[in-house]
Amino acid sequence: MTKSLYGAKEASTIWVYLEQAQGRLAGVSLELVGKARELTDGRGIPLVGVLLGDQVSGLAQEAIAAGADEVRVAEHPLLRQYTTDGYTKVFTELVLAGKPDILLLGATPNGRDLAGRMAVRLRTGLTADCTDLKLEEETGLLVGEVTGFGGGILAYIKCPDNRPQMATVRPGVFAVPEPDAARQCKIVSAPVTLTKDDIKVQVLEHVDGQGVDITKANVLVAAGRGCQGDLTLVNELASLLDGEVGVSRVPVDKGWASRDRMIGQTGYVTRPKLAIVCGISGAFQFSVGIEKAETIVAINTDAEAPIFEQADYCIVDDMFDVLPPLIEAVKRARGGNGGR
Amino acid sequence: MRPLHIIACVKVVPRPEEVRVNTETWTIQRDGVRSEINPPDMNALEAALALRERHGGRVTVVAMGPPMFVLYLRLALAMGADEAYLLSDRAFAGADTLATSYTLAQGIRKIGDYDLILCGEESSDGATAQVPPGIAEWLNAAQITYAEDLEVLPGLGMVKARRELTGGYEVIQSPLPCVASVKVGANEPRFMDMERKAWAEAEGPLTVWTAADIDVDPEMIGLPGSPTIVDGVAQAEASERKREFLAGTPEEQAQALVERLRAYL
Repeated sequence: MTKSLYGAKEASTIWVYLEQAQGRLAGVSLELVGKARELTDGRGIPLVGVLLGDQVSGLAQEAIAAGADEVRVAEHPLLRQYTTDGYTKVFTELVLAGKPDILLLGATPNGRDLAGRMAVRLRTGLTADCTDLKLEEETGLLVGEVTGFGGGILAYIKCPDNRPQMATVRPGVFAVPEPDAARQCKIVSAPVTLTKDDIKVQVLEHVDGQGVDITKANVLVAAGRGCQGDLTLVNELASLLDGEVGVSRVPVDKGWASRDRMIGQTGYVTRPKLAIVCGISGAFQFSVGIEKAETIVAINTDAEAPIFEQADYCIVDDMFDVLPPLIEAVKRARGGNGGR
Repeated sequence: MRPLHIIACVKVVPRPEEVRVNTETWTIQRDGVRSEINPPDMNALEAALALRERHGGRVTVVAMGPPMFVLYLRLALAMGADEAYLLSDRAFAGADTLATSYTLAQGIRKIGDYDLILCGEESSDGATAQVPPGIAEWLNAAQITYAEDLEVLPGLGMVKARRELTGGYEVIQSPLPCVASVKVGANEPRFMDMERKAWAEAEGPLTVWTAADIDVDPEMIGLPGSPTIVDGVAQAEASERKREFLAGTPEEQAQALVERLRAYL
């Protein structure tokens, strides 16, 4: 058995990685703090948020309001931008000093980059891309739920002996907790030793996106292969409904839409109030990202498409025939609604 | 600088659309299911071959898995790879990402003289994306995950790539050796060459290594080397949906739908 660098007997706390970029905490980090709060309540396990960056301690308050008992802040100019080397070194040193029992990270591109590297450096187990977390009643072990490929199988993974028990969780799986501004807790500044030589890569250019976050949309209009690269009507309907456009994997692979709009197993898990799914067959890999929607509408030419088994309202027709009258009907309904 | 040596890591996976689950035994039914090279790994292989076309050098393919993977490694040779290695041993079975990345890293060490190791972004079955950073850590190499537009700067001994991030992107430069996971869909994988196919099948250089052939600690491979365990499986709960089919012309369907969605408008 590959031994981790410390054992279960020495480990006690739950840690959540507070991912930040450009002065903002990632939504998934707050979702994880909220979920970890729920797991620790009644068990008396301290919940620690860990924040790495340069001059980022101002973000600690947000994590405290979300439920952290303590925030450890590691600040250094060389942590201003995420690099695998810099973040892995500093975070691993924090872990070895604090010996958490559980370490949770968001399954964002950088969260997965960091978690995969740290798990090997710490010689421990990592349950990747969880869709749920719980603590086993008798043992208190972390049990991560992951989706098995194909037909909607869930697998439960645990890491009995190695510490920390690491897991990454997809954005949007848990709700962001209501902030409690009255919560008090410690903010601890952690020592950082880091030099330029520790970081092999060089970030030449860094561009922030438009900040599209489909996990926060109340209405999603989703398009897949059936849109054949033409998202005009889908865009129009989405903006009419104050929603966002989401896509399945095909439009991303074909370059019709950016990856931050991708719904599903390798994209985002979304929980809109209304999802209108156009030209998507509804394979498991997609539907896992939309099944938490309150109401689902499916429009597809193939009456046998699995998406119709997962929808509340089903229209067997070409999206290009249905969307124009749908857009008009929505406009009419809105007009009668006081022109919202 | 000596000729560039790129190693592409591939995995063979069952075609997701053909996989069925036996709901009595809760196992994946693999009988009669066709396999394929994990599609994201085809992007990694294509990136490796394109870099070789530009800079010269050679491309080696490595996989860990059962003997039947040999067939797929021959396809990779037919696509253009120069050499292939299969790490195949019953002792490797049941490996999680820690044991898998360790085993692949030890195989890569044995192959030796590598500059760039390319992996697919993730596998279509496990989809954890954790093996590429794991290999990089075992080899103490730099890593670039979700890479596209890979460019080798031979004079500098560097590789440059664009990484897609939540919402944005960055361009980073890393010294070689480096492990990069290639973003899904970053390129169009080429078809295999029919002439090369005959060569690949008859005499393509393909080596199978067991655990004894690569320097591995038996406690760190396969099931014993895997700290995570599968504690159970269950069927995903299907949420109850109304499944109401709306009839009529598109106009009638649209009107019927809007009436049902008034709460959201």
